[in-house]
Amino acid sequence: MPHSLFIVALLCIAFAGVGAAMTGEDVDSKEAGINKSGGTAVRVAAHGVGDNSGSDTGPSRADFPIEILKPLGPPRVTTGLKDADGSEVMVACSTCHTTRPPNHQNKTARDLDEFHGGTVLAHGTVSCLSCHNERDYDALRLADGSRVEFSDVMTLCAQCHGAQMTSYEHGAHGGMNGFWDLTRGPRTKHNCIDCHNPHAPQFPKMQPMFKPKDRFLEQPRTEH
Amino acid sequence: MIADDDSSQKKQANSTDDWSLPVVDQPSTRRTALKAAGAALGLAAFGNAISPLWSIPENVSVDEFLQQHYKELSKDDKQRVFERLEAEAKEDYGADVTISDPQPIPGVRFGYAINLSKCNGNGACMEACNKENNHDRGVDQSYIRVLEMSKGSMDMELGTTTYDHTVPQDDKFYMPVQCQQCENPPCVSACPIEATWQEDDGIVVVDYNWCIGCRYCEAACPYHARRFNWEQPEIPADEVNPDQGYLSNRIRPQGVMEKCHFCLHRTREGRAPACLEACSTGARVFGDLNDPDSDINWVLKNKRVFVLKEELGTQPNFFYFFDS
Repeated sequence: MPHSLFIVALLCIAFAGVGAAMTGEDVDSKEAGINKSGGTAVRVAAHGVGDNSGSDTGPSRADFPIEILKPLGPPRVTTGLKDADGSEVMVACSTCHTTRPPNHQNKTARDLDEFHGGTVLAHGTVSCLSCHNERDYDALRLADGSRVEFSDVMTLCAQCHGAQMTSYEHGAHGGMNGFWDLTRGPRTKHNCIDCHNPHAPQFPKMQPMFKPKDRFLEQPRTEH
Repeated sequence: MIADDDSSQKKQANSTDDWSLPVVDQPSTRRTALKAAGAALGLAAFGNAISPLWSIPENVSVDEFLQQHYKELSKDDKQRVFERLEAEAKEDYGADVTISDPQPIPGVRFGYAINLSKCNGNGACMEACNKENNHDRGVDQSYIRVLEMSKGSMDMELGTTTYDHTVPQDDKFYMPVQCQQCENPPCVSACPIEATWQEDDGIVVVDYNWCIGCRYCEAACPYHARRFNWEQPEIPADEVNPDQGYLSNRIRPQGVMEKCHFCLHRTREGRAPACLEACSTGARVFGDLNDPDSDINWVLKNKRVFVLKEELGTQPNFFYFFDS
């Protein structure tokens, strides 16, 4: 009799363990799936939907998406030349960089003598090829060397700026437009490089434009 | 016994005949003359004091004068009032406006938080408030004041609003102050006529047509968040925001109080407040305090948060926080 009790207890513990492992696995695969589906837009949008299904507030509650603005694709660089119409000639990065081997000695724009010389780089100790992909200049690279598209630049930034990314995912960084209540309408959010220049990311100084003229700041209008 | 009773009744009857106004039919002595003069003066003063009640002021229509308190208005009453106000906006400002009356969303309690590590004092919120809420363009009124504060002090009374240099300065931080939508609002207790009250979603509102402009609430507010309309607001027709709420951003009459209402004509429809959308540093977070998964609750749980003048016990629904 004590024997069978012991076995039952063991079985219970085992099942509980398996249960915990399974739920843990579930969460992991879910997150991995979300990450793999690529792009911060998808990830954060999925985050909102996940919250809804998790809180189970009612089947009628349909959430609108959170759209994160993305760069359309690789940037195009001005060559300084004008075409017949007088408009600037813009080229893709790969136009020049496919024929030129990368030079790892060049750490900042000051090291360059032909092009990009005016670029101000004030971003910690990173160098050009920390983020730009030397195998394909129309894309970026993560710290492990893997390729990431310009449109998914937030994945790149989030490698170092995890605290900001966490705040961003909870609406405490980056601001928003649209609806605070996603059951009533969609929301739009900026991505990192909408507000921060990736080469010099400190938020720029500004001149205050608007001042209410409070009455207590004025001279009294009457003598008494 | 009987004779005695009769005589006492006669006495009473006689004294009743003598009852009269103290100054009429009395021998003209110096005392009665003074009484008469005093009574006349008193009557004249009383008549003068209540004279505003005999006539309706020129700039107030009969309907407006007789309008009931917001909470006593029936649906039909509201319809009539809103139509009148829309007509007045057309006549006075040349703008076609729509006045709505969005109600609190059941179960929602609004909260607002500002990240003081992010705010750089550029004042875009003040400008957005001015435009959204049909403020007077003459004095560039706004429900928000951004205070420039010295690092190391949290005393808002030491902040200045008149800074006019590049922001942010290294030794300063910037703190926007607007209505804190207190749980325990001193302005509401101060109002002698219940023209201001707290709604179910926590927003403290004003019935601009019920307010008598005594400014007690302005004196009672520890956050200097209430504003008085010294003059009829001037707004160019093309700048009037036509999306107006009765308790929020409709054009206010001269001589009444007003205050931040968390853009209730927007937020009760699920949209973000105008100052939040305008903030170029992303310092503002708005949401439902009753929703455990809301952004505002994440901030309250995970950031260093404080409220202004906590010691007063006003219990603001407005919070300030830092990034680290």
